[in-house]
Amino acid sequence: MRRKDRLLDWLDHRTGIETAVRNFLYERIPASSGWHQVFGSVALFLFLVQAFTGALLAFNYAPTPGDAYNSLRYILAEVTGGRLMRGLHHWGASMMIVVVVLHMTQVFLYGAYKKPREATWMAGVALLLLTLAYGLTGYLLPWDNRAYWGTVVTTQLAARAPILGPYLLRLLGSEGEVGVVTFARFYGLHVLLLPPATTLLIALHVYLVRKHGVAPAIDDELRPQKKFFPEQAFRDTVAVFFAFAILFVMAVAVRVPLEQLADPTDTTYIPRPEWYFLFLFQTLKLFPGPLEMVGAVVLPGLAVLVLLLVPFIDRGRVRRVTQRTFAAAVVFLALLGWTGLTVAAVATTPKPVVAAIDFSQPTDWMQLSPVEMAGIGYFRQENCASCHTVGRGNPKIGPDLADGGIHKTAAWMIQHFKRPAAMVPGSAMPAIQLSDAQLNTLAAFLLKLNARNAEALQLAPDFAVEGALIYQKNQCGSCHAVNGVGVKLGPPLNGLKRRRSQEWVEKHFRNPQALSPGSIMPGYRFSPSDMQTMVSYLFVLQD
Amino acid sequence: MTAALAAPALVYLFLPPKVRRQAQWVDVGDVARLQLKTPVELVFRKNMVDGWKISSEKQTAWAVRVSDQKIVAFGPQCTHLGCAYHWDEAKSEFLCPCHSSVFSADGAVISGPAPRPLDRYETKVENGKLLLGSLHESSSQDA
Repeated sequence: MRRKDRLLDWLDHRTGIETAVRNFLYERIPASSGWHQVFGSVALFLFLVQAFTGALLAFNYAPTPGDAYNSLRYILAEVTGGRLMRGLHHWGASMMIVVVVLHMTQVFLYGAYKKPREATWMAGVALLLLTLAYGLTGYLLPWDNRAYWGTVVTTQLAARAPILGPYLLRLLGSEGEVGVVTFARFYGLHVLLLPPATTLLIALHVYLVRKHGVAPAIDDELRPQKKFFPEQAFRDTVAVFFAFAILFVMAVAVRVPLEQLADPTDTTYIPRPEWYFLFLFQTLKLFPGPLEMVGAVVLPGLAVLVLLLVPFIDRGRVRRVTQRTFAAAVVFLALLGWTGLTVAAVATTPKPVVAAIDFSQPTDWMQLSPVEMAGIGYFRQENCASCHTVGRGNPKIGPDLADGGIHKTAAWMIQHFKRPAAMVPGSAMPAIQLSDAQLNTLAAFLLKLNARNAEALQLAPDFAVEGALIYQKNQCGSCHAVNGVGVKLGPPLNGLKRRRSQEWVEKHFRNPQALSPGSIMPGYRFSPSDMQTMVSYLFVLQD
Repeated sequence: MTAALAAPALVYLFLPPKVRRQAQWVDVGDVARLQLKTPVELVFRKNMVDGWKISSEKQTAWAVRVSDQKIVAFGPQCTHLGCAYHWDEAKSEFLCPCHSSVFSADGAVISGPAPRPLDRYETKVENGKLLLGSLHESSSQDA
């Protein structure tokens, strides 16, 4: 015996590893095995990716309301690779749902749940429910508005369950409101209870698959069996690789948004569940009033029950997949129903009042005064960045505007804007054709710019910049203050969103005295789009 | 695939997070009350950035006027293993209670296991007030 063989032999005697690997790789599988059976392996792989990325996220995550949000922002904005990790975990969750459902559909279409594989199927259904439970509990963890309101709705729904409702609500810690207790429960479920439960069920599921063997097709009995390795192992590996490639590209390319910190007083927020729960959400709408129970609990409950009992409902003999027209029809109808409900849910989602802001990026621009914000507008309008670098980037013909040294006083800058070469001899910069007031605004922004905040300020969204321009044009600042800048004759405008609805603000603009008797504010007639922009800007101003 | 997961994971765990913080100066009181070679323990509050948390925390420093012109402020931890040391007035030395490191009033190691002199805050004096900046680790060559 060669030395390597002796070593393997020694190891196998002690651990049985070689035998185990051999048993695993050379498992006998039916001749009909093929590409349609790769989904189980992909689902298992995705579960491992979720566990891995989840653990890494937990290393930088504080599981309490408020802190959760801050730590996630820290992961996204400051930790190297943090955005990628969250992307993998977020999209991995969605992908896992897709793959688990594909796996289940395949098994269903091929009738692979039939005797003696009923228990395997039922363990699979339990695993599907666990996967959904991860989605439900994980949804709360970013603690942004989306998370908070989504969970408020979920827990309220659970409370409606007949008999069990109040107990369920207590179990979820949401009797008073969704707060620290609910958060702890959801986090505990998500990271402490569900993963071991999933692991055990996967072990059981795989054990049952091995015990009964992969379900054969109708004419498999006549053909010799194959071994798992190499053909099927290769197929599984290719499928896993393919899935991972998609996941990785999505994590890199598709930004996962983070909304503003959860605000229980926000009256404008329109909660929507994650895409794979939208059909349930829409189902609920079909059952108004006292029938709500039917859509919320009875129907989903029945659906799960039917799904669990599929092997006992369909007890016919195994047939060729091409002859299972009824099964195909069921899958088709389910898909149709799901798609219809989801599309309806998306289509009926009202446009949010306030444009969405991605809080996973620095939001330093929110601290700017309206003058400075409007300055960004002129900065963009005049295309200053075509000749100047701001902070980072390749050097351009003009100096770096984030270099504090080049900005003198506003008065000097305005003169420079009007006749560049007169102030900086030899300057090739063209004169800026703007009024004095506009140039003053531009100067105000540039004076605020430095190397530290340059990148963050460039993230100011267009609607806010345009809103600030309208604000400046109408001289709102001669009576109101924003971010502490302006006159405090009228009420300060920060936190307006918390105090007033969009409708109220719009009406108030048109006729202030109708809503605030004695107000000295003149009426404003904005065009509809200006009104929308203005309100969006005002509603973005945080306390 | 393993590499595609492991590489970001290693970067995620081992690269230091991007830093977006600036040095800030904290006013710790009048310079006049500091007497030559007599360390005074100063307690002040400072905004500390710890991961995702920014909190105002109590900090201490030992300030000493080493000469008429020069004031130094030491970080409150022994450079051996981080215990809080104190000023022994009778001996005119800083004494660490953990492993008996002894430092002179200007921070130099007199005896004990401490590997380097006491760490120092950046200091400046403005309008008769002592301002402390960030704390810098001393090197073993510092006196």
